[in-house]
Amino acid sequence: MSTTLRHVGRTRRWPVVGDAIYDGSRIPARVPTVLDVPPHLRDTDDVLTVNFGPNHPSTHGVLRLIVDLDGEEVVGLSAVVGYLHTGFEKNMEQKTWWKAITYPERIDYVGYQNNELVFVLAIEKLLDIEVPEKATWTRMLLCELNRIHSHLVFLGTSALELGAISMFWYCFRERENILDLFELVAGQRMHTRYFQAGGLAEDIPIGFFPEARKFVENMPSSLDDYLTLLDRNKIWLERTQGVGLLSSDDAIALGQTGPVLRASGVDWDLRRDQPYLAYEQVDFRVPVYTGGDVYDRYRVRMDEMAESVKIARQCVDRLERMEGEPWIADDRKVVLPPREELHTSMESLIHHFKIVTEGYRVPAGEVYVAIESPRGESGCYVVSDGGPRPWRVHFRAPSFAALQATATCSQNTLIADLIAIVGSLDAVMGDTDR
Amino acid sequence: MSDFSKMPGYVSTKEEHGEATVVVDRAHVRDACAYARDELGFNVLMDVVATDYLGWAGKGVSGYIGTASGRDLNAPMTQGLQALPDVKPARFSVSYHLLALRQGAPRLRLQTWLEDGDPVDSVVPVWPAADWFEREQFDLMGIRFHGHPNLARLLMDDDWEGHPLRKDYPIGGEPVRFSPAE
Repeated sequence: MSTTLRHVGRTRRWPVVGDAIYDGSRIPARVPTVLDVPPHLRDTDDVLTVNFGPNHPSTHGVLRLIVDLDGEEVVGLSAVVGYLHTGFEKNMEQKTWWKAITYPERIDYVGYQNNELVFVLAIEKLLDIEVPEKATWTRMLLCELNRIHSHLVFLGTSALELGAISMFWYCFRERENILDLFELVAGQRMHTRYFQAGGLAEDIPIGFFPEARKFVENMPSSLDDYLTLLDRNKIWLERTQGVGLLSSDDAIALGQTGPVLRASGVDWDLRRDQPYLAYEQVDFRVPVYTGGDVYDRYRVRMDEMAESVKIARQCVDRLERMEGEPWIADDRKVVLPPREELHTSMESLIHHFKIVTEGYRVPAGEVYVAIESPRGESGCYVVSDGGPRPWRVHFRAPSFAALQATATCSQNTLIADLIAIVGSLDAVMGDTDR
Repeated sequence: MSDFSKMPGYVSTKEEHGEATVVVDRAHVRDACAYARDELGFNVLMDVVATDYLGWAGKGVSGYIGTASGRDLNAPMTQGLQALPDVKPARFSVSYHLLALRQGAPRLRLQTWLEDGDPVDSVVPVWPAADWFEREQFDLMGIRFHGHPNLARLLMDDDWEGHPLRKDYPIGGEPVRFSPAE
């Protein structure tokens, strides 16, 4: 396989048990997502098959794992998903484009703002519509806040599952501040539906910036607090270091993206390598660790939060100077007319009526748009036939891909490590099952 | 844009919205994927997605109103049906979204066309990541991936009938079972 990565971390060769799909890999051979019980243990009384989930507090929702145990050791594993399948993609085909924007947020309900962004970007790519600069920077700010929010949920719940209960309270304290910011800007704490094709639903309200600034000033010290709590905690280190190993080659072969890929030593971030919004204009670093274990995935996310705070601060600086600039494109065939015009302009009333009832039409074509969501590459494949409703919408869910690595990561581990591993893959089941 | 014509089973190339799409013959999908990985350096399979084009470009499917002589999206203030989209070569398309982890993040969409019931070769031997991606498309769209090691339903129940994302799948109304006997 010819890879010309700018930076590939040292690839450790971990002991390979059983058959692997290719030389030097730990991916199980028969089915890449299923760990088969070794032949000498098969059909013996030593192996106990345990059903784990779908309703278990540590499965992050409704993930079900069927685990074969030899004592405490995991010898076989298969993940069963689909318990949260709600047919979002089918539903979106029945809705007009602008009504369908509410759905992606509910797919990945933790990284909602990023998922909304990817769908809106796909519509805009088909429409070929120009988005005002202020909208772009606001989107970037909210997406970074959302990334911090998502990583806080990861950190809080993962630590909770490994017994560090106080981490949960600290993380959710800061998460609360982020939700307050979302409420301030969009009126909703989660699932804001703040991004529209062409820009934003509303201008940023007065009073947002002082609060946002307060948050970006306070967040770094909170991050230090988390590090103090966890990073020298013997139990945390013992339970995360060297657990859930995934090599860089295996991570690439299994389609891993985001923090999981970066923790395996692959220096890849779409914000830097395929810039969208205005990411090429902000200064940030992409954290990469080479251990490929649960600890490094945690470290990647910790560092990413610090970087996101940095980006958010730059966005606030920039946005404060954009007072009074347009926040949505001036295209009356797509964008709702200003509310006050409805009382005075017949054309505006007609446009408003047409967009609300019939919806805007999107030129025929197919596009695939990818962004770096908190969980990795969130992709949206959209087909339009030129009508007011999408013909086909498909989401490339990073959680879905991440869970494919469960079997590979869980080799040579104990049942208790499984909790840490599943937590470190940071799968949101809504995203996985759609 | 690189030259894709040497790809096994090559049919055509198009570039729209800055995205390259290479259509390959259904019988050569696995070879084309192996070629894209080994020769062109597209080392990550990001997604496998199938689309059902049943009823494509037909009236009343996606909210057309008015007559065929009518509205063009690019000519505002006209009424009725806009320009009909291109006719597709077959009912289903299966697209493989590939990414190369290198400078510029080049992407490629490999696409193949098939009718209901036609099998496609599974690309699990090329990319292990295809395992669930293909199972999902089998489950929801009914595409048969030949040679997949474990082609079972993934998101729907094991005993589910039909493939929900197909355009002829009935919307609304779902049989509710109250006991196993029913």
